Amino acid sequence: MTETPALHQSDERIKSRSRFREALIVPELGGICGTILVFTFFLLTAHESGMFNAAGVLNWSVVSAQFMIIAVGACLLMIAGEFDLSVGSMIGFAGMMIAIFSVNMGWPMWIAILVAFALCVATGALNGWICVKTGLPSFIVTLASLFILRGLTIFLPQTLENKTIIGGIREAAEGDWLAPVFGGKVLTGLFQWFGEIGLIATFERGVNKGMPVVDGIPMLIVWALVLVAFGHVLLTKTRFGNWIFASGGDAESARNSGVPVNRVKIMMFMFTAFCATVFATCQVIEFGSAGADRGLLKEFEAIIAVVIGGALLTGGYGSVLGAALGALIFGVVQQGLFFAGVESSLFRVFLGIILLFAVVLNTYIRRIITGEK
Amino acid sequence: MESHLTPLIQMKDIEKHFGSVIALAGVSVDLFAGECHCLLGDNGAGKSTFIKTMSGVYKPTKGEIMFEGRPMNFADPRDAISAGIATVHQHLAMIPLMSVSRNFFMGNEPLRKVGPMKFFDHDFANRVTMEEMRKMGINLRGPDQAVGTLSGGERQTVAIARAVYFGAKVLILDEPTSALGVRQTANVLSTIDKVRKQGIGVVFITHNVRHAMAVGDRFTVLNRGKTVGTAKRGDIAPEELQDLMAGGQELAALESSLGGTV
Repeated sequence: MTETPALHQSDERIKSRSRFREALIVPELGGICGTILVFTFFLLTAHESGMFNAAGVLNWSVVSAQFMIIAVGACLLMIAGEFDLSVGSMIGFAGMMIAIFSVNMGWPMWIAILVAFALCVATGALNGWICVKTGLPSFIVTLASLFILRGLTIFLPQTLENKTIIGGIREAAEGDWLAPVFGGKVLTGLFQWFGEIGLIATFERGVNKGMPVVDGIPMLIVWALVLVAFGHVLLTKTRFGNWIFASGGDAESARNSGVPVNRVKIMMFMFTAFCATVFATCQVIEFGSAGADRGLLKEFEAIIAVVIGGALLTGGYGSVLGAALGALIFGVVQQGLFFAGVESSLFRVFLGIILLFAVVLNTYIRRIITGEK
Repeated sequence: MESHLTPLIQMKDIEKHFGSVIALAGVSVDLFAGECHCLLGDNGAGKSTFIKTMSGVYKPTKGEIMFEGRPMNFADPRDAISAGIATVHQHLAMIPLMSVSRNFFMGNEPLRKVGPMKFFDHDFANRVTMEEMRKMGINLRGPDQAVGTLSGGERQTVAIARAVYFGAKVLILDEPTSALGVRQTANVLSTIDKVRKQGIGVVFITHNVRHAMAVGDRFTVLNRGKTVGTAKRGDIAPEELQDLMAGGQELAALESSLGGTV
């Protein structure tokens, strides 16, 4: 056996790839292309509808931010190799619990919010624990949670109040210190000033005369950006991030290398539940009510955003930034169709088509990465 | 071999029973630092059970394990790993979708402190990975190249380099060449040679006599859960090893009918 002397000689068996092709192999590829496409399309077709003035931008930003919040959780969980189908039900459940605690039981809003968070994160942990301990696919386990939570969300308000919508949350949140963290607005001074210098339009009539049409950034958007940043840093820059990839890539190999796979998976279920609760809290405080049908189908929308963002359904590969772009595409298209005056049911058609494209693209990228045939 | 030294590992009369099945019925092997000890045996000879006993997965039913001169009792594989016994399994504890450097440090990620936060030190991980792989004679396209794009032999080499980097004193290789082509096999054998020269004791499990002869210092043949014998390099011819492995006569008869091609 002789030493191989050629240290810096390139391997003739590895085909050299152009920089362009190299740059294409990122999980965010689909998200980036989609974003460019969607914005180009609506800039051309809906620019006169007010979609890109201050109020219009805020409109689709809020919707995108909602998608982003749940997509971050779903993304990390999917990379860790699991699904959570109970996200939508959990949104409804968390909102309903906040309403019952604060309105029916008269607890201070901040306690209601914290207890709802604790309940939901514990449910997430339970989901994860069952998956990990039984080895059952998370698809089935969380499908059970989907029904259980939705059932409770309908049953509880009906038993307590004889109705499925509980209002009065805005009043209950009055003067609370925690509620504005979810329902408040930031940079109101800046937007006031924007209005004064004429950068954004102001109301010309009514009680708000002289106020800018957009008077601040809703906390919902702040939460979305913070969660995306947190998820991205966690995934790409930390030890735990490496464990997330490893757990989803091949749980057995990860275990052999000393990665605490079960803990990673359970924590990701908890994080997904946390994201769902953030979504729910922002929503009930903004609407002032909790409804038993809130969050319907959100789990699938989150998963679609994540897949558009380049994550593989089989786990082990994906990007939080990609998922955020997926969510942005969602929000822009959903609201853009409205601005463009297109029948809104076409949104679902669009979803289905784009999902199909994304999955095909991801499979192709996966083949390039792993060299599979 | 250097008989004045204490062996790194000494396994004496190891027996392992699974219920009524006697998988090992008295196996004795010792391993010195810097040697490659080949463990040969046909399927079912007890090779896998034996290395699992050595790496702490099974507890021997009878027999004694001495590690660096002291009796050793591993509670589980992690004990063995922290003592410096690393096993590179046939299926490799590598994740194809992850980059080489992420795989290399999986479970042992280097951390860099930024204020109160700790981050994965990618610069360090990338640098070390490239360096260690270059030492083993593999030129990566980059540290972010996915393991999935590496050939089987290169993956074995990453796994070996990883074990060596994290301080293995004993490296157990479970049939590392069994699924490889000629050139890949040559690469892995050359890696074994490099590792041995660094003073690490290598246990090389194989049923291919030619692979064993290429790098082995000593050869122990297992048959039906027993040590048939141990021979030094140069004391034994490949044909004899082959015979011992298969239990002699039957194979000789078979071999002549096949014209010496086995």
